[in-house]
Amino acid sequence: MSFILDYYNYWVVVFLMMAGFYIVISANNLVKKIVGLNIFQTSVFMLYISMGKVSGGTAPIVVEGVTQYSNPLPHVLILTAIVVGVATTAVGLALIVRIKRAYGTVEENEFDNKDDVI
Amino acid sequence: MLEQHLAVLPIILPLIAAPLALILGRSIFSWGFATLVSGLAFLLSWQLLAAALSDGVLSYAVGGWAPPWGIELRVDAANAFVLLAVTAISTLVLVYSKHSIEKEVKAANHSLFYTAHLLCLAGLSGILITGDAFNLFVFLEISSLATYTLVSLASDRRCLTAAFRYLVMGTIGATFILIGVGLLYMKTGTLNMLDLAERIDLYDSSRTINTGLAFIMVGVSIKLALFPLHMWLPPAYTHAPSAVTAFLASTATKVAVYVMIRFIFTVFGIDHVFVDMGMGLILMALAVVAIFKCSYMATVQSNVKTVLAYSSVAQIGYLVLGLSLVSVSGLMASMIHIFNHALMKGALFMAVGAVFYRVGSVDIKDFAGLGRKMPLTMAAFTIAGLSIIGVPLTVGFVSKWYLVIAALEQDQWLVAALVLVGSLFAVIYIGRIIEAAYFQKLPESRSSENIKEVSWLMLVPMWVLVIANIYFGIDTSLTTEAANSASEWLFQTNSMLENKVMEGEVLEGHAIEEKAQEVSS
Repeated sequence: MSFILDYYNYWVVVFLMMAGFYIVISANNLVKKIVGLNIFQTSVFMLYISMGKVSGGTAPIVVEGVTQYSNPLPHVLILTAIVVGVATTAVGLALIVRIKRAYGTVEENEFDNKDDVI
Repeated sequence: MLEQHLAVLPIILPLIAAPLALILGRSIFSWGFATLVSGLAFLLSWQLLAAALSDGVLSYAVGGWAPPWGIELRVDAANAFVLLAVTAISTLVLVYSKHSIEKEVKAANHSLFYTAHLLCLAGLSGILITGDAFNLFVFLEISSLATYTLVSLASDRRCLTAAFRYLVMGTIGATFILIGVGLLYMKTGTLNMLDLAERIDLYDSSRTINTGLAFIMVGVSIKLALFPLHMWLPPAYTHAPSAVTAFLASTATKVAVYVMIRFIFTVFGIDHVFVDMGMGLILMALAVVAIFKCSYMATVQSNVKTVLAYSSVAQIGYLVLGLSLVSVSGLMASMIHIFNHALMKGALFMAVGAVFYRVGSVDIKDFAGLGRKMPLTMAAFTIAGLSIIGVPLTVGFVSKWYLVIAALEQDQWLVAALVLVGSLFAVIYIGRIIEAAYFQKLPESRSSENIKEVSWLMLVPMWVLVIANIYFGIDTSLTTEAANSASEWLFQTNSMLENKVMEGEVLEGHAIEEKAQEVSS
């Protein structure tokens, strides 16, 4: 039991990662694929952020009387990764808009040509 | 001033120039500007290679923050060599792209094309030069996002689904690398590659480190299209504009191979990856399957761009095979092939782009009779094709020669034989196209069409690559010298790090590198 409780952050991360990954593979709708990709990436953000927590430490802002702080570096890294994730989503959605214009559908099984199935 | 900041310039220059190319607006201005910037980046990387070969290593602290706290850029013989190839190909492709783009990309998107190309170049240079594992991920995504855009710029609608598939696969790959880097940081508390290398040796059998290694290897394998993670590559290369394919085929996957080399040899260490984890056998098996499966796939395609795309996946097999041999000569064969394959595939895709420019299609049947109508283009295609096959006096022969020697050095007779049999497939898939071009007649329906040679702006970059194919096939001193010192350098730093940790003497990563430099000089 303590194995589950002590590492609950990792269980959350693993669950989200697999859920997102499964959506990317199984979804027929391209927008849903992007949603899955986002869940997948978000799980990694949580992995980073939860590893920066130092037990007993507070937010890394210098205050009198506090000696123990959480590690701010993973948070900073994830700010960058979030920006990358947003940019990827934007490019993905822009592609979907153009696919919709060109093919008239964003459902994979409705593409006329078999070569085009993603 | 210039020398002091030399290491950062190949990244900064295209990065700043990219939005300017967009502001310039007019296609012709953006083209001239982008070509100029790329040419400058080439000159800078030439200087960097010269500096790296004479001084060993250049370290640059971004923003003046000393490593390992700040981001460090590190230029050594290995990455300067690949950078030279990338910037050279980028410049040639930009010269070539002016007419090619006019045919294949809508006029309104021309300056967007040059912007995305420069962003991609900045990202690729960043991946090569950086000495920080997280920074590598960021540059990887800069170049990848630019690549997805470039692929989607073609006028054929199939490029959209190809780009989308590439985006999904590429993002999964990059996220895997991000997970791996996070796991390494969790255990070691550092992101600087040299620091990581030293601390990973302290925790050799940690499960966190091994999981990190697995995630990074799978992530990089997606990016470099190692069989069986290559499914995004053939559609992306087939439907992208020809100039984009020429650039990507000769640079993007090669840079990903470099990332794999860097992680294996500098960060994780040879003993850890090959002895403890047994990755050598996995990589070698996948590489051999890639060579055979994808060479075979190349022989049955009807679209010439798809043929060459499958051939690219097979060539990536040769690259990975070289590094999986775990010897200085094997790594050297990989480094030489990175450079040489860029020369061959660049020339081949440029020739195919020239055919598309005149004929409007790149099916093998449309190549019939082109040997007479477009003699210079088809001659370029033939010479570069012979180079892919590995005919003596071309660079392809040099690559295969060193690869076979490296395999024989370790008594891997079977591997050496498989490399040579793999080349026979290249004879078939290149031969089919050459046969169509020279021995079949132009169909009656086409005889009225005005098919003639393309303009010199497309021919010159193509022939520069073809002549380089022959020149470096005869005079191998530059490539072998640079590749040899690159692979010796990688092995030396690696063994230094391991010895130090075994003796219980923990040095800072940078002190070790200085030691390695003393030994090499």
